[in-house]
Amino acid sequence: MVCDNCHERDAVVNLTTIENNAVRQLHLCEQCAAERGVETTVATPKHPLGEFLQAVQQQTMPASLDAGKCPFCGLTMKDFRDTGRLGCARCYTTFEPSMRELLRRVHGGPRHIGRTYRAPREEAVGTAGVLGELRDKLRRAVEQEQFETAAELRDRIRVLE
Amino acid sequence: MTLDLSLLPDGGVRWLDASGQHSDVVLSTRVRLARNVDGYAFSGRARDGERLRVLAQVREALKAIPAMPDSFMVRVDELPAADRAMLFERHLVSRELAGLESQHPLRSGAAVYLSDGLSVMINEEDHLRMQSLQSGFELRAAYAALDRVDRELGARVPFSYHPEFGFLTACPTNVGTGMRASVLIHLPGLVLTKEIGRVLAGLQQMGLTYRGLYGEGSEVVGNFFQISNQTTLGRSEEDLLDQLIRVVGHVIEREEEARRVLLRDAGYIIEDKLWRSYGTLRYARSLTFDEAMNYLSGVRLAVGLKLIRGLSVYTLNKLLIFSQAAHLSAAEGRSLSESETNLARARYVRKALDNEAGAVG
Repeated sequence: MVCDNCHERDAVVNLTTIENNAVRQLHLCEQCAAERGVETTVATPKHPLGEFLQAVQQQTMPASLDAGKCPFCGLTMKDFRDTGRLGCARCYTTFEPSMRELLRRVHGGPRHIGRTYRAPREEAVGTAGVLGELRDKLRRAVEQEQFETAAELRDRIRVLE
Repeated sequence: MTLDLSLLPDGGVRWLDASGQHSDVVLSTRVRLARNVDGYAFSGRARDGERLRVLAQVREALKAIPAMPDSFMVRVDELPAADRAMLFERHLVSRELAGLESQHPLRSGAAVYLSDGLSVMINEEDHLRMQSLQSGFELRAAYAALDRVDRELGARVPFSYHPEFGFLTACPTNVGTGMRASVLIHLPGLVLTKEIGRVLAGLQQMGLTYRGLYGEGSEVVGNFFQISNQTTLGRSEEDLLDQLIRVVGHVIEREEEARRVLLRDAGYIIEDKLWRSYGTLRYARSLTFDEAMNYLSGVRLAVGLKLIRGLSVYTLNKLLIFSQAAHLSAAEGRSLSESETNLARARYVRKALDNEAGAVG
């Protein structure tokens, strides 16, 4: 069925209107429906944040601030722009100036004022959980050639074991 | 691994039972919290081994929390695609966790911990996506139940948290409270009176957003809208909930007003149109998903306006879920082609309405 309005595109919307007690059925394509204020789809650009961030960066800060990569997961700003996702919690501090600006623009307020949280002490998490976490950190530290951190982690693992 | 949803009351769809407030307009309320376990890369960047360790650590902690009684774990990564699709259609897991699309392939360690009205998805975009689903317009109750899970779990598993940015999430749009509260609302009156455009534009000005039946990226069908908060940082959970309650309350009033106007100014036209929707569902031999949604929308409106009596909202709500492709395939015991699905859908809807036909008038 073609659109009743433009007579060109395929009709995808059935619009029923009531005027002066008379019912009218219109078959509209997406564009013509949109012109009448009927939203048919929720358009989501692929990675709007990435593009948004790029724009923010170009406006406000020299690229050098974000050079480099996250010491924990190896993510770069380019990866973030491509996927719209950060790699780990550490990325937030690694790219802090960009993130602060981005969050301010996305959310309005830049500071968390919701429920505060304190992570449980290690004994509550259980040795197994802590050990797994430390071993992962150790593996990543070695990969990133952060040998000082790696040595510290190795000591903590030995104590727990 | 086999999927047995009979372990949950009503197969996990008790949130459709129309017991909550304003349930003729609001189908359900959902609140979700995004959390990550400290010390691991986020799910999308984690290695298989890391995700499995996240799963093991969370699983151990969940066993000990009283906020989720009678719960059980489903290893989504070990389920066949048909079962994963069914979990998704029931709103028990997200599209991403179900791994149904090429852009979000199934992840190792993907799992969901389910109990009545509460669930915890593990290794979704964030390590943890906890959610609470309730029937009707019940934002405070939904949040209160979820907050208990969050506190109990957070006391056993260290969450990634930053004093300035709050709970840290893979996508910066969720950072802060990590909370998305949403209301699944049926607005045929506002659509028919063409007020809907203004109402939706108003939502966006208030920092709220809307989506279709299946959340992000899904189309609006059958006049069902999901209204939710857009921002998560810089406002408290209470504040975000209060605003959503206020605005949705206002939308409900506008919808009820639009329904009164329709009945007053176009009573017989509306009555005829809605009974035709019912007639089509009762007798059609083939129904596409969109057709079924649109006619169900009409019948739901008719029940709300008391033009059709003797039909329960619960039956109509369940049809929204059980007339979808994966559920129909499961009921028929084999995978169906598109045209077979349409035939099976019409058969299923006829049967469900037949069961209550004696009382309808």
